[in-house]
Amino acid sequence: MGKTIIDKIWEKHVVHQEEGEPDLIYIDLHLVHEVTSPQAFSGLRMKKRRVRQPERTFATMDHNVPTVNRYKIDDPVALNQMTTLEKNCLEFGIPLAGMDSPEQGIVHVIGPELGLTQPGMTIVCGDSHTSTHGALGAIAFGIGTSEVEHVLATQTLWQTKPKTLKIEINGQLRKGVTSKDVILYILSKHGVNFGQGHVIEYCGEVIKRMSMEERMTICNMSIEGGARAGLISPDETTFSYLEGRKHTPKGEAFKKTVMQWRELASDDDAGFDRTIMIDANVITPMVSWGTNPSMTSGIKDSIPYLKDCKNELEQKSLERAIDYMGLKEGQKIADIEIQHVFIGSCTNSRLEDLRQAAEMVKGKNVHPTVRALVVPGSQQVKKEAESEGLDVIFQKAGFEWRESGCSMCLSMNNDIVPSGERCASTSNRNFEGRQGTGARTHLVSPVMAAAAALYGRFVDVSEKVSVEAL
Amino acid sequence: MSGFRTIVGKAVAMDRANVDTDQIIPKQFLKRIEKTGFGQYLFYDWRYTKEGEENPDFELNQPKNQSASILIANENFGCGSSREHAPWALSDYGFKVVIAPSFADIFHQNCLKNGMLPLKLQAEEVAYLIEKAQNQPYHLTIDLEKETVTDNNGFLASFPITAYWKRMLLNGWDEIEITLQLDEKIAQFERSRAVIS
Repeated sequence: MGKTIIDKIWEKHVVHQEEGEPDLIYIDLHLVHEVTSPQAFSGLRMKKRRVRQPERTFATMDHNVPTVNRYKIDDPVALNQMTTLEKNCLEFGIPLAGMDSPEQGIVHVIGPELGLTQPGMTIVCGDSHTSTHGALGAIAFGIGTSEVEHVLATQTLWQTKPKTLKIEINGQLRKGVTSKDVILYILSKHGVNFGQGHVIEYCGEVIKRMSMEERMTICNMSIEGGARAGLISPDETTFSYLEGRKHTPKGEAFKKTVMQWRELASDDDAGFDRTIMIDANVITPMVSWGTNPSMTSGIKDSIPYLKDCKNELEQKSLERAIDYMGLKEGQKIADIEIQHVFIGSCTNSRLEDLRQAAEMVKGKNVHPTVRALVVPGSQQVKKEAESEGLDVIFQKAGFEWRESGCSMCLSMNNDIVPSGERCASTSNRNFEGRQGTGARTHLVSPVMAAAAALYGRFVDVSEKVSVEAL
Repeated sequence: MSGFRTIVGKAVAMDRANVDTDQIIPKQFLKRIEKTGFGQYLFYDWRYTKEGEENPDFELNQPKNQSASILIANENFGCGSSREHAPWALSDYGFKVVIAPSFADIFHQNCLKNGMLPLKLQAEEVAYLIEKAQNQPYHLTIDLEKETVTDNNGFLASFPITAYWKRMLLNGWDEIEITLQLDEKIAQFERSRAVIS
């Protein structure tokens, strides 16, 4: 039987192995941000330990950064967290894309963008959405602060080899249906913990046809299904995305590296612990209506009825969720009115996302009762979008055009949805209070968010609106 | 971190599935750079009303549940964000053990690293414990050496734990210190492979 890409990468990274014990695996790239790292650096300092491989470590600031007046940070505690990262990077010799850097951005946007993320790597970061980097054919997963400290000190982690789960997606996506809808659809069918203990490999015709950025959106939300990581075997799309990026090899060295990368793809006869098949033809634009990402339905559907729940626990969860969300069982998704639109986050803030949203709103106006934000994922995305005039399209339509950061995905900065109000958001989590205490989040694709901004409610972009960009 | 063998304490039930780390500790409290002092913010939006008063309906606020050190929860506890502030907050509040039918992977790992036991029991066992703890002050004993949970009325369940973590927790060892003993092996690994980036 052949090997999966997960087996291949794992085997190449085992430093130490003993029967019945976790493996000690080597970490190729460690990404760091301001929120989950300060206690790890303090730990090193307390024990007089050094950072083993500063050149395999890369830091940026994204969670706290303001997206307007970006140097004016009102909260002294947040400011302290940011200056602490600066001091730590300086003291331990770690490269930092700080506030002044043209490379600053959401850590999961800049990794691939700078070519730091490469096929075959093991990548960690103190952030659950590290699974994003798997789109380039890497095993990439989120870790806690104790593990951040462990990687800083040793460049390794003790890990039990995960199980493997293949998700094969075949068929043809309908017009207006994006990779965001695909992952939301998978979560709606399989729940928020189907991936526990597994690394997912996404494959099939639909994945093959997807661009690198679309693949990142899918891998990004693997954690929402409880998976350790999600990845995609690298192919021509991956290689051409990486060519010429800052940290990828150049010229002949690149060609040689690509030859090695080609070997990584899962063998045709590779065996997986589990397989899930997805028919892309049936997927419609999706909208989450509850308080976890599996509480999601198609735009034509309605909120489920309590009587249709499988058991008491599920019924209680549904009851709590629709109460928090201010919705009623059986209510039509298309009747939900929204007051805020957020286009951004490590899920959907890349150039293609912004292009699709801009195409939708070009020459139109944001609904008078809606406040709409576009927050590019990085300074580089912002610059490229501006060179294409997307900022002008958004602003003419009534959107605010912001600086790069995590922003309203988790509202650690001042970008907050007020209590009781609704936001159509391209982010990844609709947990209670995620976008502000009492705020109600509906997860959607960028084009669905853009359309919701125009209409003040959810509309079916596969029908009502012409979308030339798709 | 000091080692331990048994934990005896009062249990509180929180019969909810998919409790995410955003609920365990909301994002506005993640800005501090220390590991301590997070207990006051634990379950903040559930524990307090909008006016900042204690919410009397919330499990942890009920008089019989005061000074509980064992939390009994439902499926997929600790899902979502990788924030280690979640176990820091639980531990700072006074919890030493969380019992559930399943845990999110990163949260599970984060608990162990902080000497807090995430105990996985069968769904029926958890349902039994939840019912008991909901109705009366309820005490449990966890024996790490024997890998058992018992109450004073004959309940007995065994929990799975890897040999690795059992050893670490019984002895209270520092994981980094252990890994650094393999320093030469890591260096050898680094020398032996072609540099990827």
